[in-house]
Amino acid sequence: MTGLSPEPLLHVSHLTAAYRGLRVLHGIDIEVAAGEIVAVMGANGAGKSTLLRAIAGQMPTGGAIRFAGTDLADLPAHRINRLGAVLVPEGRRLFGGLSVEDNLRLGAYARRGPDRFKPLDLVFELFPRLQERLKQRAETLSGGEQQMLAIGRALMTNPRLLMLDEPSQGIMPRLVDDIMDAVQRIRGLGVTILIVEQRLVETLSIADRAYVLQTGRVVMAGPAATIAANADVRRAYLGM
Amino acid sequence: MTASLIIQVAIGGLLMGLIYALVAAGLSLIFGLMNIVNFAHGELLMVAMYAALLLHDHLHVGLLLQLPIVAALLFGVGVAIYRGLISRALGVRFNSGMVQIFITFGLSIFLVGLAQFMFGSDFRTLNDGAISTATVAWGQIVLPVSQIAAGGVCLLAFAALALISRTEFGRALEATREDRDAVALIGIDRDHIFSLGWGIGAATVGIAGVMLASFYYIAPSVGTSFAVIAYITVALGGFGSLLGALVAGLVVGLVEALTALFIDPSLKEIGIFALYVLVLMVRPRGLFGRQ
Ligand SMILES: Nc1ncnc2c1ncn2[C@@H]1O[C@H](COP(=O)(O)OP(=O)(O)O)[C@@H](O)[C@H]1O
Ligand SMILES: [Mg+2]
Repeated sequence: MTGLSPEPLLHVSHLTAAYRGLRVLHGIDIEVAAGEIVAVMGANGAGKSTLLRAIAGQMPTGGAIRFAGTDLADLPAHRINRLGAVLVPEGRRLFGGLSVEDNLRLGAYARRGPDRFKPLDLVFELFPRLQERLKQRAETLSGGEQQMLAIGRALMTNPRLLMLDEPSQGIMPRLVDDIMDAVQRIRGLGVTILIVEQRLVETLSIADRAYVLQTGRVVMAGPAATIAANADVRRAYLGM
Repeated sequence: MTASLIIQVAIGGLLMGLIYALVAAGLSLIFGLMNIVNFAHGELLMVAMYAALLLHDHLHVGLLLQLPIVAALLFGVGVAIYRGLISRALGVRFNSGMVQIFITFGLSIFLVGLAQFMFGSDFRTLNDGAISTATVAWGQIVLPVSQIAAGGVCLLAFAALALISRTEFGRALEATREDRDAVALIGIDRDHIFSLGWGIGAATVGIAGVMLASFYYIAPSVGTSFAVIAYITVALGGFGSLLGALVAGLVVGLVEALTALFIDPSLKEIGIFALYVLVLMVRPRGLFGRQ
């Protein structure tokens, strides 16, 4: 592990997780420092989504997860979210029957204070398409727009750590760059990013560091450029 | 049979239908939110009626003040049922669906027993002096003031429910209904939403109970027939639909009254059941139900 600032924003150690007794994470150690973009790569079924779900409190875990000085073990998912560790999950999980505007505003529902709708400006700046479709039902959006809405809804919660699970999944290639662009701009605002992706080149070009998962274990970790240059990784992902 | 008698019976049926509609709205709200049928729903109506009776007989609380007190009481009962029973049933690992059914079924039996123990099984009435006996006449059509007031209050309650659904909380309720696991992704505690849903659903029945108590008999078993009608009304209107509950309640009230008038009072339920079977065959999701 590289020497990071004294206390990273997120510190995952010896994390284990299982589905119905079948263990799929076998002791994962990961650190994310404030302000970083960290990528998690790995083949299908490696446990990437499970890792994010575990951090977000959506499944029981073993080991330890510390976030911003708080032990997340035993905290329910909504509490973890309110602490600022926010997941944009696989499949996006929008409220399809509600309008784009309702989805966004609900992102601020559990937050208090007069400023809670302020991130709306930011969301519209990042994703002007959403502003044009405010009254549309979320389920009528295209795949790319739904992903924008899912990220926008998460931004409405005012996150400190944004966890993105395959944001490029099922969207047009042209929009993938837009999403990656947005991710960089979100980091520019001081939001830390933990991103799971299948797209090696695009992701490693914006990430600072990366972890490679294989069947529930970290098999490689380091600066994004190093991982990108690694022959094994390139072979596994790009067939080169 | 005169035209004015038919009109009078029809209006009476529609007024009763508004009560059916409000009882159904509470049931539908909880069902729509959680996919749980509250088999103790009729007993909540009964509890509200006895609460109104006790407030009236022992504390001389008038109808207008009974409404907020009983609504608040039933709200608390609804929250307690969710927190104490339903949320535990949701956590059961095996056969959670069965547990949910039997837990509210058991609750209904318990509440009937409790009422019998406390008040006996005699039929009681709440005699609120002038309000209980006054009538308004329009030509040959005569209607009791208490039923007109009940209908009006039920309509106001519906308006309140419609307003709630437009608030931010209403949106959160809808989001939780759509995807109870996803709301945690935006920091919403679904238990909080569920318990408020039960609170509002029960308070709705509370209001119906107070108004019903002003002209109807009160007994431990009074909830049963209303519950059956509420289940039919919800199915007829479409599960989870507020407008559906309102329209279906009115239809049920009208059909019941006209069956009693044209066929036989003892067969009035037959009309409702026939209507129900017809809807099941022609439009199984109900009048306003979602696909
Ligand atoms: N809901 C589930 N129930 C049972 N097994 C699951 C479930 N979700 C994922 N798994 C299994 O856990 C392992 C890791 O899955 P996942 O975290 O989704 O991988 P990735 O996101 O890297 O593709 C896989 O073997 C997968 O089959
Ligand atoms: Mg995955």
